[in-house]
Amino acid sequence: MTGAKRARAGNRLERNDRLIRLALLVVAFSAVSVLLVITVFIVGQGTPIMFRYGLKSFLAGSDWYPSEKLFGLWPMIVGSLAVTAGALVIGVPFGLSCAIVLTEFASKKVRRLIKPVIELLAGIPSVVYGFMGVVILVPFIRRAFGGPGLSVLAASIILGVMILPTVISISVDALQAVPPSYREGSIALGATRWQTVRMVLFPAARSGIIASVILGMGRAIGETMATIMIAGNAAEVPHSLLAPVRTLTSNVALEMSYATGEHREALFATGVVLFVIIMALNTIANATSARRRKTQ
Amino acid sequence: MRHRFACFALALGLALFPGCRRAGSGSDLTLAGSTSIQPFADKWAEVFMQAHRDYGVNVQGGGSSAGIEACRSGACQIGMSSRELKGGERDLVAIVVARDGLAVIVHPSNPIRGLRAPDVKQIFAGDITSWRPLGGPDKRITVVTREEGSGTRGAFQELVMGKTRIFRGAITEDSNGTVREIVAHDPQAIGFISLGLVNAAVRALALDGAAATDENIQNGRYRLVRPFLFVSRGEPAGHAREFIDFVLSAEGQKLVTKEGLLPVR
Repeated sequence: MTGAKRARAGNRLERNDRLIRLALLVVAFSAVSVLLVITVFIVGQGTPIMFRYGLKSFLAGSDWYPSEKLFGLWPMIVGSLAVTAGALVIGVPFGLSCAIVLTEFASKKVRRLIKPVIELLAGIPSVVYGFMGVVILVPFIRRAFGGPGLSVLAASIILGVMILPTVISISVDALQAVPPSYREGSIALGATRWQTVRMVLFPAARSGIIASVILGMGRAIGETMATIMIAGNAAEVPHSLLAPVRTLTSNVALEMSYATGEHREALFATGVVLFVIIMALNTIANATSARRRKTQ
Repeated sequence: MRHRFACFALALGLALFPGCRRAGSGSDLTLAGSTSIQPFADKWAEVFMQAHRDYGVNVQGGGSSAGIEACRSGACQIGMSSRELKGGERDLVAIVVARDGLAVIVHPSNPIRGLRAPDVKQIFAGDITSWRPLGGPDKRITVVTREEGSGTRGAFQELVMGKTRIFRGAITEDSNGTVREIVAHDPQAIGFISLGLVNAAVRALALDGAAATDENIQNGRYRLVRPFLFVSRGEPAGHAREFIDFVLSAEGQKLVTKEGLLPVR
């Protein structure tokens, strides 16, 4: 009697379990399918025009005059890569040093105070960063170095600051995840704190740190509002750090409101190019971090 | 920023509710298009609706080209365009409801008071890159333009540039307001905006000896003038007709003058 009861209860639990698993599966796949739908839509809208005008003229052409049916994306491709590289040059050293100080050299009290502040930085809307860039940074660059001020340099600095929270918090997590025994062992062998960081902690946390850089890069290349406001948006390959530049994201957002017909398709094509670039960068970064992990 | 949002809303509306594209259904009149005309159309609609409480007038932005497109597809009864219709768009009926001067603006500290039209053309083509040959300081000119598809850019292209392209290195901004903002803070900058939006932060240049004033536009000496158009498929009828008649009436045109535009009647 009790045995049968127990078996029934067990069956019910099992059934519930299956139901919950199914429900979770459906929800999880709907998230993935949204991604799939977006991808299919962008590619479907953007690729026909690329083949109509030739992939080469699209990717390597340097004239962007949609009203004359000239859709050269080369300046924007270079622009996006230049601004992203600039953001990493500025953001990564600052972010990593900050992470190292926070995990290894700062007291617990300081850490408890500073970490939430840094995470708060991530919550500031990009339009605010852009506005501060226009009001403070751009005039400064114009006065100090010349040029219009709206430039690769201004965009790199602002984006560099914007990726700091990402780089810092993920690197801090990675460094903190290193087992204490590594640290202790290194100190016991007579290494200084800095030697410990450089030779033991850094290699041990490398994959996490690389992930932080990848995510920062993703944020920098995808950022739109701040870039539109401070980069100057000239559709020309920048010849110096002080030249204005247009990124792929700016290109879409800037002209979206007026675009019809082939112009609109060309903006979707811009999205396709951005998509491919982001995928390529992520793949490269993931591959390098995976290889390093193997050789360790 | 605002017009980008408005356009988003418009695009979303068009994408999500194809059923609503039917023109003339219900009692609503929809206008869409040029963001330069939008604030004036809002004013007209406001006054018009006070007299006609039985139906609403809905004004949306999106830009001249988008407005023309929306009108053609039937998404709105009246499209607003701040540039002349191009070859392929001539099948639509266009009515000039006001005219707007285009001002070439520089920083107030710039010693140059006026330019010849060919010089302006060469500056925007990237052939003249320094203020020096124009009588200014030996500094590099910061050229500020609007993005492709903008009615203001279209009008400038047509009135000043002709077949010549605006050069690639020009700084590109997406509204009259941001162009003015950039020029107001960069002593070497030059840009173009709607004459009605010129304020003390920038200076409008005289062109070919004629100052950018309403008077000089009226007597035809200042020639950077663009029409503000209402376009429709076929002769406007019903609510659209009533609204256009109101806009062209003495009362409607008085609003135009008050807001810094030039009346057509």
